[in-house]
Amino acid sequence: MNLEEIKSQIEANVPGCSLEIIPNASPSGQHSLLVDPEHALTVGSFLRDGASPRFDYCSNVTGVDWPLKETTAKQKTKKIVDGVEKEVEEAVKTSTGDYLEVVYHLFSLEDRQGPLVLRMRTGDRAERVHLPSLTPVWRSAEFQEREVYDLFGIVFDGHPDLRRLLMWEEFTDHPMRKDYVDPDDYEYEPTAHDEVLKRTQAHYAAQETPSGAEEAR
Amino acid sequence: MLGNGIIKGLAETARNFFGSYVDKERLTTVQFPEERLPQIEGTRDFPFLVYDGDDWEKGLRCVSCHICEKECPPKCIFIEKSKDKKPDAVGKLQFYPVRFDIDVSVCMSCQICVEVCPFDAIKMDVEFELSSDDRFGGLLHHKDKLAKSNEYYHKIHPTEAAAVDAALAEDREKEKEKQKQAAAAAAAAAAAKAAAAANPPPAAETNTDASSKEETK
Amino acid sequence: MSVLTEVSIDTISQPANDHLHGDLLEISMGPHHPSTHGVFRMNIVLDGERVVKLKPVFGYLHRNHEKIAEHETYLGSMPYTDRLDYICSITNNWAYALAVEKLAGIPVPERAEYLRVITGELTRLQNHAGLIGFLLQDMGASGTPLMYAFREREKILDLFEALTGARMMCNYMRFGGCRRDLPSGWMEHAQKVVDGFPRFLDEFERLLRTNEILMARTQGVGIVTREQAINAGISGPMARASGVNYDLRKVDKYGIYDRFSFRVPLGEHGDVYDRYMMRLLEMRESLDILKQAMRDLPSGPIMDPNTKIRNFRPKAGEAYGRIESPKGELGFYLISDGGPNPYRYRVRPPSLINLTLLEQMCLGHNVSDVVIILGSVDIVLGEVDR
Repeated sequence: MNLEEIKSQIEANVPGCSLEIIPNASPSGQHSLLVDPEHALTVGSFLRDGASPRFDYCSNVTGVDWPLKETTAKQKTKKIVDGVEKEVEEAVKTSTGDYLEVVYHLFSLEDRQGPLVLRMRTGDRAERVHLPSLTPVWRSAEFQEREVYDLFGIVFDGHPDLRRLLMWEEFTDHPMRKDYVDPDDYEYEPTAHDEVLKRTQAHYAAQETPSGAEEAR
Repeated sequence: MLGNGIIKGLAETARNFFGSYVDKERLTTVQFPEERLPQIEGTRDFPFLVYDGDDWEKGLRCVSCHICEKECPPKCIFIEKSKDKKPDAVGKLQFYPVRFDIDVSVCMSCQICVEVCPFDAIKMDVEFELSSDDRFGGLLHHKDKLAKSNEYYHKIHPTEAAAVDAALAEDREKEKEKQKQAAAAAAAAAAAKAAAAANPPPAAETNTDASSKEETK
Repeated sequence: MSVLTEVSIDTISQPANDHLHGDLLEISMGPHHPSTHGVFRMNIVLDGERVVKLKPVFGYLHRNHEKIAEHETYLGSMPYTDRLDYICSITNNWAYALAVEKLAGIPVPERAEYLRVITGELTRLQNHAGLIGFLLQDMGASGTPLMYAFREREKILDLFEALTGARMMCNYMRFGGCRRDLPSGWMEHAQKVVDGFPRFLDEFERLLRTNEILMARTQGVGIVTREQAINAGISGPMARASGVNYDLRKVDKYGIYDRFSFRVPLGEHGDVYDRYMMRLLEMRESLDILKQAMRDLPSGPIMDPNTKIRNFRPKAGEAYGRIESPKGELGFYLISDGGPNPYRYRVRPPSLINLTLLEQMCLGHNVSDVVIILGSVDIVLGEVDR
């Protein structure tokens, strides 16, 4: 199975869709295909029914949170300064992330091939978090998309029954996001250290019970 | 014939019922508190600290390096390192744990602390009747409760303990060899120094003596 | 709160004797119900005894395993995987180890691969033995088959205890191998258990396979067709009962499964009876694999010498590794950013996804059938809720 081949197959059959191959540096070599949300449903149906091999089995659906990450790297560029070409070191700010991603792992049952990794990205992490649901194509995505909605806050348009799966319905936040803050549900931590210790101390500071603070060390 | 399958099944239960009077294979119940199965050698449940010799406070192998504390997945270990050094079982000066607590209610018996310990100081116990009416303190084991002798270790895991002892003896032999060589080198250097200086200052003499004594100890 | 949304009597096919028709009844089955195998809840709308709507409610055992793993080192997550599907901890370990080995490109020595197959197949045996015991218990065969099944399962758990130290929370695999080599006498003991197992299977088949009551209860109940099973991502014995020829041991040939000859049993009806038979037949194939693996077990190292236990940091990238666990396709999806803990750690839980068709399987059947349909899916709530 060649990802390039599948990409050109999709491009030939789904007009107007934009695809991008996301390389994967790890030894697993599972590169993935970034699909634009507008055409995702058509791409999905094509992969299930028309492509060769047919990817009729959607195994895994999951979300990934990529918060905004700014990195500054020093880059050497050639510039003309006072008419003379010089190599100048410049700090280049690059920002990556600031989107939520949903990942589908597809397999072909007939030809026993896979995984084909599809990805979709939201516009940002706060407002534009809508993506099309692929449950109409692969029913196996039903619970898993609900889980992604629950834990990451991606809203799947076209999902037949989009409710929280694991958390209760009154719950408001999305626990799998990287910036999620745990509630202060401290009870008793005799062996606390690192993060837990900090939280324990914060809890005691908030509660102002000096008798227990000794216990928290 | 209808009912054939039911009769066949009933014959099977009858075989098991009457078989339980004659066949040990078919009567597997053990009346627990009165009757106990023999201990399986590889069993593990909670960690304990090994000490050499007779005095648990002197003989603890733990040098409070904090590795197990960091690697413990549920973070159930709390160690406080000593400010001073004390000689260990073989007389080498080492740090020791002022506090070593394991919260047994948090520990999940995964054995990772044992795997990462470079000093063979923490091992897995087989003691499982640890219930207590104190929900918090009763399940927080301090180092006096955790310390168990090497003989006990040999009793519960004979094969493993023998291998550990052999490895430790080899290490100590090597260490001794190294120290001897170092001491010999130091003595030779001191002798050369003394020979070089026509009138060696008495303070230097005592100094080298003391240090070499300590090293050979 | 009510899940009874827009269900009205109009949407349900009216029975012929209209004047006897009563109101719909909404009941909550679980979370504490002996038939749900844990804390699983179904909100069922009933028309008399007939199920007209069924909504599963999850999350009573949710602890956000994936978030915990993002704060743990790679090795630190290994004992937590034991607690996913707590009946078969070894296959969970294996799936996780396989995913990390894919992520970091770690080779596994041959002996370790054999040990993985042996322990993994023993896990399948004890899972299936336990499952059919529970399933028959759910059908009303109180106690007897379950006790017979547990008697055999206990022998395998003893083997696990002697090898890994624990009966259920084995924590046995490591990245690039296994944690402990076989203790002396283990192989002989295991050989005895494996040789004695067919007798149990024969007895078990005589006990209930042709039982008329069992056949009446299970045949034609909870049918999943082949197409439905594939589309809903059903995997493992449940998919094979519907005739989907997809066994990852044959498809992916992970580890060394291409060296063993075994067959993949397939059902054709996709009903509860087929799913029950699938487990019985798979146990026989597992015994075949075990015999071959124990015969061919080579000597050698059990750990890849270049893999460190501490300070393990795979290069940035991602990997999806999956194995055929006794419940179905168990996958781990890992993203590394080069740090000591995974950036993203995802478990593909077979138990959860096999429940996708639960409502459809139960519609039109009685409440007592819901119990056996759920039992035949084989779920463990530690894995469903994670």
